[in-house]
Amino acid sequence: MNKKKVSKIFAKAFIYLVIVLLYLPIMVMVVYSFTNSNTMTWNGFSFALYQRVFVDPGISSAIRNTLVIALVSSTLATVIGTLTAYGIGYMRRPFKKAVGAMGQITIVNSDVVTAVAFMLFFITIRSIGIPINDGYATLIIAHTVITIPYVVLSVSPKIRRLNPNLYEAGLDLGAGPLNTVFRVILPQLVSGMVSGFALAFTLSLDDFVITQFNKGTSVNTISTLIYASASKGLEPAFRALSTIIFVTILLALVAFNAIKYRRDKIKSKKH
Amino acid sequence: MAKTNMATTTDNKRDTIIEVKNVTKVFDGVTVVDDMNLAIKRGEFVTLLGPSGCGKTTLLRMIAGFETPTDGQIYVERTNVTEVPPYKRSINTVFQKYALFPHLNVYKNVAFGLKLKRIVVDAVDKQGKPILDKEGKQAKKTIKLTKQQIDDKVKYGLKMVGLDGYGGRDVSSLSGGQQQRVAIARALVCEPKVLLLDEPLGALDLKMRKEMQVELMRMHKELGITFVYVTHDQEEALTMSDTIVVIRDGVIQQVGTPKKIYDEPKNQYVADFIGESNILSGTMVADFRVQVEDKILPCSDKGFEKNEKVDLVIRPEDIEILPIEKAEVTALQGVVQISVFKGTYYEMEIKVGGYEFTVQNTVEQKIGSTVALKIDPNNIHIMKKDRVINEYKSEVIDEGVVEICGGNFECDTAGFEIGQEVIASFDFLATTLVDHEDNGTIGGFVANSLYKGKYYQVQVYTDDDQDIFVDTPDEWDIGDRIGITIKKDAIKLRLPDPQKDTHTGHPAEEAQSAPSSDEGEVAKQATNQPQDALAVSEDEI
Repeated sequence: MNKKKVSKIFAKAFIYLVIVLLYLPIMVMVVYSFTNSNTMTWNGFSFALYQRVFVDPGISSAIRNTLVIALVSSTLATVIGTLTAYGIGYMRRPFKKAVGAMGQITIVNSDVVTAVAFMLFFITIRSIGIPINDGYATLIIAHTVITIPYVVLSVSPKIRRLNPNLYEAGLDLGAGPLNTVFRVILPQLVSGMVSGFALAFTLSLDDFVITQFNKGTSVNTISTLIYASASKGLEPAFRALSTIIFVTILLALVAFNAIKYRRDKIKSKKH
Repeated sequence: MAKTNMATTTDNKRDTIIEVKNVTKVFDGVTVVDDMNLAIKRGEFVTLLGPSGCGKTTLLRMIAGFETPTDGQIYVERTNVTEVPPYKRSINTVFQKYALFPHLNVYKNVAFGLKLKRIVVDAVDKQGKPILDKEGKQAKKTIKLTKQQIDDKVKYGLKMVGLDGYGGRDVSSLSGGQQQRVAIARALVCEPKVLLLDEPLGALDLKMRKEMQVELMRMHKELGITFVYVTHDQEEALTMSDTIVVIRDGVIQQVGTPKKIYDEPKNQYVADFIGESNILSGTMVADFRVQVEDKILPCSDKGFEKNEKVDLVIRPEDIEILPIEKAEVTALQGVVQISVFKGTYYEMEIKVGGYEFTVQNTVEQKIGSTVALKIDPNNIHIMKKDRVINEYKSEVIDEGVVEICGGNFECDTAGFEIGQEVIASFDFLATTLVDHEDNGTIGGFVANSLYKGKYYQVQVYTDDDQDIFVDTPDEWDIGDRIGITIKKDAIKLRLPDPQKDTHTGHPAEEAQSAPSSDEGEVAKQATNQPQDALAVSEDEI
């Protein structure tokens, strides 16, 4: 064997090693989700942990809370974010840049700072007499606010690429302003809104720090529930729950890419 | 197939359909359209022609309803539509960048306006008997078009633009020319009273542009709809239009048929913008006699004052070249400087005295040879000069210093008091342009530069919102920022004449019109370009 071949094999082996290391912890978790044991010992194949995920009232309420909060906050963020992006798109240059930059600072801001800021903000609001309960209300508000910039970021490029005469063409052909926005402008933004929504949804699902600080005592999401149980020895059912989440995201990703691939193929065929 | 008569039929085919009355549009303090008046007749193909930024597109957008005039009114069929939004005007627009809806296919793009269209019909009951309203008159109701009607119209529209069978196509799969055809069909199926076209062929290549020009002219003829077409391409305008409206700096310069605009340009800007031309300075020594240099040429214009300074336009193709021995003694004689073959003719630069004439002829002349130039009197077009001297309202601010256009210039102020309002005048040659603003007394932008046979006449737009005219041997690029100095002894001061000089603070204005011109085809036309200075006298160049 010559030197070139050796280095080629080594390079390939390195890549596979990295991939194995990346997925090993997840694989271990997936494997041990199919056995009924409290510790990480193999106790024979079983679906018992999966059963427990759907039976345990704590876990199922956490799942429900997580999904409801993610759905509501990402929907709100999509609506508000799209309107914001549209507004920024039609601002004059100096303001456009300033507002655009200001909107993105919260993205890079430390989660802990944002979390504490929200906590203090809600306390202040309550202290001036506006009743706002810890739990759903605070979490939906906080999640909406932190995900709006992501929606703005994914919708803005679509607005930049809009033909400036498109809105006028709608008016010209007899559609009123609102009608034109819904029939002409929105269809151009849909793909940006969908990816913005998806981003907001996963960010909300995933969030731990901000949720932990603002959830109050009665409401738990999946992340805060797992964290709470981890301190007293991890509840084994979370292995099954984590596997479900992992597989769901994996499937969603594969499906998304497959659709995109097919669409691109159809488009390239037409040209 | 259902009736798809898209033509607007009227008893009186030549009545006014659009009237623009004293319309002004100001954007951020800049006047883009300045007190325009224009009447467009039903069924006409009208072209708004001018360089970019002249205000032609803004005027079109105000007619469409996308912009509201700062001042003035717009009438469509004698109804004031100034404040009417675009979706309530029976006018449709074709945009330069097509503006097709990317999420809809060709068919749905064309059907877009039709689905929104509402028509008023006589109301009938189930037996088909007319329903009467309280006053016993036929009741009306507003209905949508039926699917069948929409389908018929879409198919007719696509056929009109030569795209039948393309309905199912994705608009992004079409070429630029095809996309513009879809846009035209989309506008035409709405059966507008007026179709506005904003440089619709600007994004297409030359071959496609020529093709589409012919197509548009055919459609205009077939449909009988009024077309208002915006372009900066003078050739396009001359080819397609019934009437051309030449616009410059937000002001209508001339309205007329292509032939009239070409043969009888109203001023040097129109002459310079339309076709190639030799623009010269001359003096009307008598009716039908104009003096250029030391030669007196016969011409076909009269009615000027004796010895009035004028501009001459002579088209390069209108100059005959004769061998020197065959020419009369009085003919212009010149030496051929350059000769370039242009495909069907030779373009030659011939120097006559100080002037350079551009001449187009099918016969080439040797470079360096002396020839005689013969110009038919009918081919010399005489135009009144815009202005022959720079003149501004000024103030003596110190002994020997006067403020002109925001700058302090040295000059002889003997006989005037400090603080006194005066009129300062200086001729075009007394002014010098310098490259750097700091080296001049005041700064400004080059607004226009016109070659006049032996020198360039440069128009400088100062920060004080004034125009200064400068005759200079050098060419200056339009849009450049430059400095201006004026020779000390060239500035002449006089007291304001309360009758002639307006009190607005602006330079006195003078209404003018070329004595030989008539309004021709146009129902109504704007006053000529407002002049920034008085016509006094021009120093011999």
